[in-house]
Amino acid sequence: MANTSAHPIEKVSIIVSHGSLEGVYPGLIMANGARMEGIDASLFFTFFGLDAIISKRMHNLKVATVGNPAMHMPTLLGAVPGMSSFATSMMKREMEKIDIPPVGEFLTMIHDSGAEIYACKATVDMFHLKPDDFCPEVDGVISVGQFYEKAAGGQIIFT
Amino acid sequence: MQTAILGGKTLALDADGNLADRKEWNEEVAREIAATEGIAELTPQHWAVINFMRSVFEKEGDSPSIRRLTKESGVDTKTLYQLFPKGPAKKAARIAGLPKPKGCI
Repeated sequence: MANTSAHPIEKVSIIVSHGSLEGVYPGLIMANGARMEGIDASLFFTFFGLDAIISKRMHNLKVATVGNPAMHMPTLLGAVPGMSSFATSMMKREMEKIDIPPVGEFLTMIHDSGAEIYACKATVDMFHLKPDDFCPEVDGVISVGQFYEKAAGGQIIFT
Repeated sequence: MQTAILGGKTLALDADGNLADRKEWNEEVAREIAATEGIAELTPQHWAVINFMRSVFEKEGDSPSIRRLTKESGVDTKTLYQLFPKGPAKKAARIAGLPKPKGCI
């Protein structure tokens, strides 16, 4: 290993709080990457991030084309109907090329790698969600307190 | 440059500690690297993964992603992590005498 620091990271708890495609993927990639390096990982989905683990919605996440200056697109053009779907399909195609799986497949891979996946209780209550709404990879609905207990001794990454 | 005595010969390693020249690799070398990684015995499933990685590397010049391993090697994700604890893509590449995979997935 090129960089052997004094304290290698052994555990990460990653919070996913956004429900756009570009809001969800960084957390998934970091969780999967952690497991690939032998680092323990868990994912905690909160607020609109929950869309990524709701069976009916996880396949329809979209890229935000409005309010996103890095899209380099005038706001009104970004608001044209179909623009978000167009940008989403372009991004998905590019991701497939570098072997980034669709959300559902990625969650299965991450869960199979031994990472744990949780939903935030406050959001679940607020949006009146039921256990059946979630994909089978979800290990449970937990409170913030339980999240901190599980995160003990590791790094917390907020996305 | 780091070296290691593998298969009765002194072999050069790269900066990551992987074999510098994959042509020096053979099954005995693989077994010895596996032992240093805590894998006492290479089973047929280990070999399926190792051989798949070597064949992809020969064709494409990089090791396959964990996703491709899952989809194409015939060994699923859960089993991959059991076979190669603490990082299957990285460990399998090392045992296969290949450089550390470059990809993020």
